[in-house]
Amino acid sequence: MSQDVKDDDQLLLENLAKSEYKYGFFSDIEQEFAPKGLNEDIVRFISLKKKEPEFMLNWRLKAYRHWLKMKEPKWQKVNFPQIDYQDAYYYAAPVDKPGLKDLNEVDPDILSIYEKLGIPLNEQKKLQGIAVDAVLDSVSVATTFKDKLNEAGIIFCPISEAVHSHPELVEKYLGSVVPHTDNFFAALNSAVFSDGSFVYIPKGVRCPMELSTYFRINASNTGQFERTLIIAEEGSYVSYLEGCTAPMRDENQLHAAVVELVAHKNAEIKYSTVQNWYPGDKEGKGGIYNFVTKRGICEGANSKISWTQVETGSSITWKYPSCILKGDNSIGEFYSVAMTNNYQQADTGTKMIHIGKNTKSRIVSKGISAGFSENSYRGLVKITKNASKSRNFSQCDSLLLGDKCGAHTFPYLEIQNKSATVEHEATTSKISEDIIFYLNQRGISTEDAVALIVNGYAKEVLNQLPMEFAVEAQKLLAISLEGSVG
Amino acid sequence: MALIEIKNLKANIYGNEILHGLNLTINAGEIHAIMGPNGSGKSTLASVLAGKEEFEVTEGTVTFDGIDLLDMSPEDRARAGVFLAFQYPVEIPGVSNANFLKTAINEIRKFRNQDPLDAMDFLQMMKERAKLVEIESSFLSRSVNVGFSGGEKKKNEIFQMAMLEPKFAVLDETDSGLDIDAMKVVANGVNKLKTDDNAFLIITHYQRLLDYIIPDFVHVLSEGRIIKSGGKELAYELEERGYDWVKAEAIA
Repeated sequence: MSQDVKDDDQLLLENLAKSEYKYGFFSDIEQEFAPKGLNEDIVRFISLKKKEPEFMLNWRLKAYRHWLKMKEPKWQKVNFPQIDYQDAYYYAAPVDKPGLKDLNEVDPDILSIYEKLGIPLNEQKKLQGIAVDAVLDSVSVATTFKDKLNEAGIIFCPISEAVHSHPELVEKYLGSVVPHTDNFFAALNSAVFSDGSFVYIPKGVRCPMELSTYFRINASNTGQFERTLIIAEEGSYVSYLEGCTAPMRDENQLHAAVVELVAHKNAEIKYSTVQNWYPGDKEGKGGIYNFVTKRGICEGANSKISWTQVETGSSITWKYPSCILKGDNSIGEFYSVAMTNNYQQADTGTKMIHIGKNTKSRIVSKGISAGFSENSYRGLVKITKNASKSRNFSQCDSLLLGDKCGAHTFPYLEIQNKSATVEHEATTSKISEDIIFYLNQRGISTEDAVALIVNGYAKEVLNQLPMEFAVEAQKLLAISLEGSVG
Repeated sequence: MALIEIKNLKANIYGNEILHGLNLTINAGEIHAIMGPNGSGKSTLASVLAGKEEFEVTEGTVTFDGIDLLDMSPEDRARAGVFLAFQYPVEIPGVSNANFLKTAINEIRKFRNQDPLDAMDFLQMMKERAKLVEIESSFLSRSVNVGFSGGEKKKNEIFQMAMLEPKFAVLDETDSGLDIDAMKVVANGVNKLKTDDNAFLIITHYQRLLDYIIPDFVHVLSEGRIIKSGGKELAYELEERGYDWVKAEAIA
């Protein structure tokens, strides 16, 4: 363990004291909305706003028409009132100042939002060498480091821009991993998504920096539907991170994103998420419904996709970042910490679909439940007929704080090839009074003790995150635990 | 002035009174040993001093360094300088010894209005004190007590004590389950840490440990009271003759 980590551990504990949802501010910037509700005209409006080529409009309309025929799924272990899809805005954007060339032209009010979030788009991140795409409500407002990435042939831009600059790539890959027919929310997203990030790493290129997107919901009563598409060509590598926050509001807001990853032969994509949407208040009022479809395909041989997620926010989290292991010898990984407190609900996990020979997957899921929350791991490991000698290892741990919360594990196994090896381990534990007392006796308060224990418990997953984000995630875990003990 | 003064202490657990009016005064610079048969209340005394919640104090006072100890939370007692070497140290998965101790030390420093220890100084201190109890530095990055042998866990308790520099340390049967080499290490640690300003209370079943840590006073605890006190020679006598004669003497 390096010096820095220790220092940051300390920082974390100091930060524990001030603990309310600190990203809950609302910024009054000038915004433009589409009329409330959803119909074909709204879909056309969004496409028109984005000046999209015709293939996009047709794609959206096809998705919309399909969506009309679909029903909300009901199998998940979460409860929420019926969503009125006509009672929300599907498009909100900061009023357009066309033709932004660089950050200096971005509305200072918007920059200040990101400053408040601790994500200065200019100086600091540049020093850290992280390229950032900032998405406010549904629109990308700034992308840093573009030039340097361009030199390497890397495309990192808002997907709305990629539609214009690289229509052939968008048309080829959009919906190729998550088709619009996949599920109710993916169909909805396909019809109305307004922005998100697009990443293309050319053959043999190792992306020289972390790419990251910060999603921020600002407008009220607005759904956020972003769409992320990452393509890693043969032999390339990229590490990508997304972070999410939203203001505190009494109403629930829907966030239905779609993320698609494509890894070609020998390519590797590492996708990390620190999700901290507003979780609702202590009584469970408000908060984001985080209904997201994330899927990656290991298209070529020896490719690798790794999902890491730290989920502390949202009133409901419902998502299963998945890997389709199509190429022989390809590898899928899923590392997850899902923490729920108060009345939060999480039903999250992964799907590992083994298609190629000798494919491997690894699942490490750490659930932490406190308050009155419900936390479920749900995961599918599927070994298809031709996936000989494939292996999976799954480890699902649950940690309970208090006795009013719930932890559930739903592992699904479908094994169609006898040469496969599948292992599943699961544990459920409580934070013991004896450990708390031990730490108390060394001068550590109960709240700090719990943070220490929880971070220790989640360490295997946190270690997967890029350094700066591991620290951020540790802090989040501590903050989200506030009021759950003692 | 007495460092710690226990007066007429009565405590129970789940309604069962264990300590029936215990009196004990320890001055700075002293080492006291408490011996006694199983169930006499030795570990209860340790737990009550550390502030374990399950134990209810119904009567009596404990004054530590002039302040009412019983009024303080367990963490504040620790910060004020009370240390308990546990009989059964817990395992804390995923939390390294280094991280744990740094958190503890800085909490204690904060309580004393001192600045947090700089990472380099902390590391230096940790390496130094690790030598005191003959533990390897690889031990410091391992999770607290996870996969440690019984002896290593006890050494770790003494190591923590060395790091936290308490004014008053209670060793609750630290010698139980230790082989002679480990016991020497533990004893050596205590002897090196002893100063004129701190005090130790050694709870033990056996006289053996007291060959290596020479106590100034030995007390016999029986049925929740101290029934006899003496010098270090009392320990030998107990080892030879058992406890029954002391009890008989106390009744008579």
